[in-house]
Amino acid sequence: LAARQAQGTSGQIDAIWRIESARVIATVARMVRDVGVAEDLAQDAIVVALQRWPSTGIPPNPGAWLTETAKHRAIDLMRRNATLQGKYEQIAHAIGVAGQAPDLEAELDDQIGDDLLSLVFTCCHPVLSMEARVALTLRMLGGLKTPEIARAFLLPDATVGQRISRAKRALATADVPFEVPSGPELQARLASVLEVVYLIFNEGYSATAGDDWMRPALTEEALRLGRILAGLAPDEPEVHGLVALMEIQASRQTARTGPEGEAILLASQDRRRWDRLLIRRGLAALERAESLGRPVGPYYLQAAIAACHAQAPTTEDTDWVRIAALYEALARVAGSPVVELNRAVAIGMAFGPELGLEAVDALDADGALDDYHLLPSVRGDLLARLGRLTEARQEFERAASMTHNNRERELLLGRAAQCAGAP
Amino acid sequence: MLFVYSGETGEGPTLERVEAMNRYNEELSKAGVLLALDGLHPPSTGTRLTFSGSGDRPTVTDGPFTEAKEFVGGYWVIQARSKEEAIELASRAPLGAGAIEVRQIAEGSDYPPEIEQAAKLSQDPPEQTFAE
Repeated sequence: LAARQAQGTSGQIDAIWRIESARVIATVARMVRDVGVAEDLAQDAIVVALQRWPSTGIPPNPGAWLTETAKHRAIDLMRRNATLQGKYEQIAHAIGVAGQAPDLEAELDDQIGDDLLSLVFTCCHPVLSMEARVALTLRMLGGLKTPEIARAFLLPDATVGQRISRAKRALATADVPFEVPSGPELQARLASVLEVVYLIFNEGYSATAGDDWMRPALTEEALRLGRILAGLAPDEPEVHGLVALMEIQASRQTARTGPEGEAILLASQDRRRWDRLLIRRGLAALERAESLGRPVGPYYLQAAIAACHAQAPTTEDTDWVRIAALYEALARVAGSPVVELNRAVAIGMAFGPELGLEAVDALDADGALDDYHLLPSVRGDLLARLGRLTEARQEFERAASMTHNNRERELLLGRAAQCAGAP
Repeated sequence: MLFVYSGETGEGPTLERVEAMNRYNEELSKAGVLLALDGLHPPSTGTRLTFSGSGDRPTVTDGPFTEAKEFVGGYWVIQARSKEEAIELASRAPLGAGAIEVRQIAEGSDYPPEIEQAAKLSQDPPEQTFAE
């Protein structure tokens, strides 16, 4: 029989590290007030585990074991380090290591949520570049190793390694406090966290066929981070909004590329391939955001738009009026020419091509999207629906000359030819 | 997917066991890995259909089933990064006595195109189960 005990193999210890590392780092970071040092100490603990567990077996609560081991290392370090001495005495008193330890397990449970949230905010701190925030978040919260992050972002290991060590130094140099920001700072800092998570998601979402599997795996990593965040900050509607947006977008993952890896636009996707479980989860996250009864933000609005599509059986049978209204709201809180273009498309679908064209023309005159091939493409589509085929053909040809994607060019030239060939 | 197997206890779950299981489910949820879960009514209230292979209509038998020792008691759908991670998460379930089977959910792209095509439903699939 191939029975084996689930313990002691390096693969199993690896899995435990991935599950537990963020909590171990967060707990130790609260003691030493330096996430870089905390991560080193957590790494020390896993090295000890790798030496011991193959012979002793995995302890019943491996997370608590790793945390205790790392904590003891932290105490040793603080005893040796004179500059940390004062801090140590304070903290040692606060957590009871100096005298009889109180119920550490219970203390851990109360504190861990705050510690994890502090870790999230520290990894996404504005003193760091966006690239550094992403790498640090994946490493500290996702438990990813440097080579895995490098593979996911198509970078050399050394580049990512340097990025992470520089980021740790930058946090120490700037003396970034290990804490959850409060007051007016909270919303801006939260926005940075959400931006990092969504950037990780999009990096994975834009992976193409043939890419290393670590790339698409970033979408799952981001979803996991988002769900953790929703548990840690359940009163923030935008956190649920982002989770909803990611769940719904991820539900289309398999439908959005064809057999040759080509992109398939929403309107042409085989909706039977959408993942209903993820859609259901996305809708539930949207409801949670709504139930908070606070003003909604850009992630919520994008998720609400995605939800309209997710619930529609076909492109035609979609609640375009609601989508147009949601784009209107999105334009107010996070306006951009691309949002305006999408609003124009929705207006064209909801109220007819004439009004859609009016909206596009206003945008065209504005000039902000002069280099964006989808503007003439959308315009061509609206003109074709109005029967103005000569103009439509010109627009499709203009769009085709602007895109850098061969397949898209073919599609646009095909539509131009259709306009020319029609009676 | 994690299937939990347990013996037929006859009596319902105790408050203690439900609380322990709930703590475990909370942990999975907080870790961002829990996608769905369900617990099942006891096997004594279940019904079994046996297909003889002859093409006849199946034989229908109501529980309790005296011959079998282990029954599916429920399942979790989790998102794990590796089989090892799924095993580690499963090993933390407060099960008492019983077993958990770890199985990967198949996706269309796991199979050749003709199989994937044959497995497609003509309409949107019904909503799958979900966690609340």
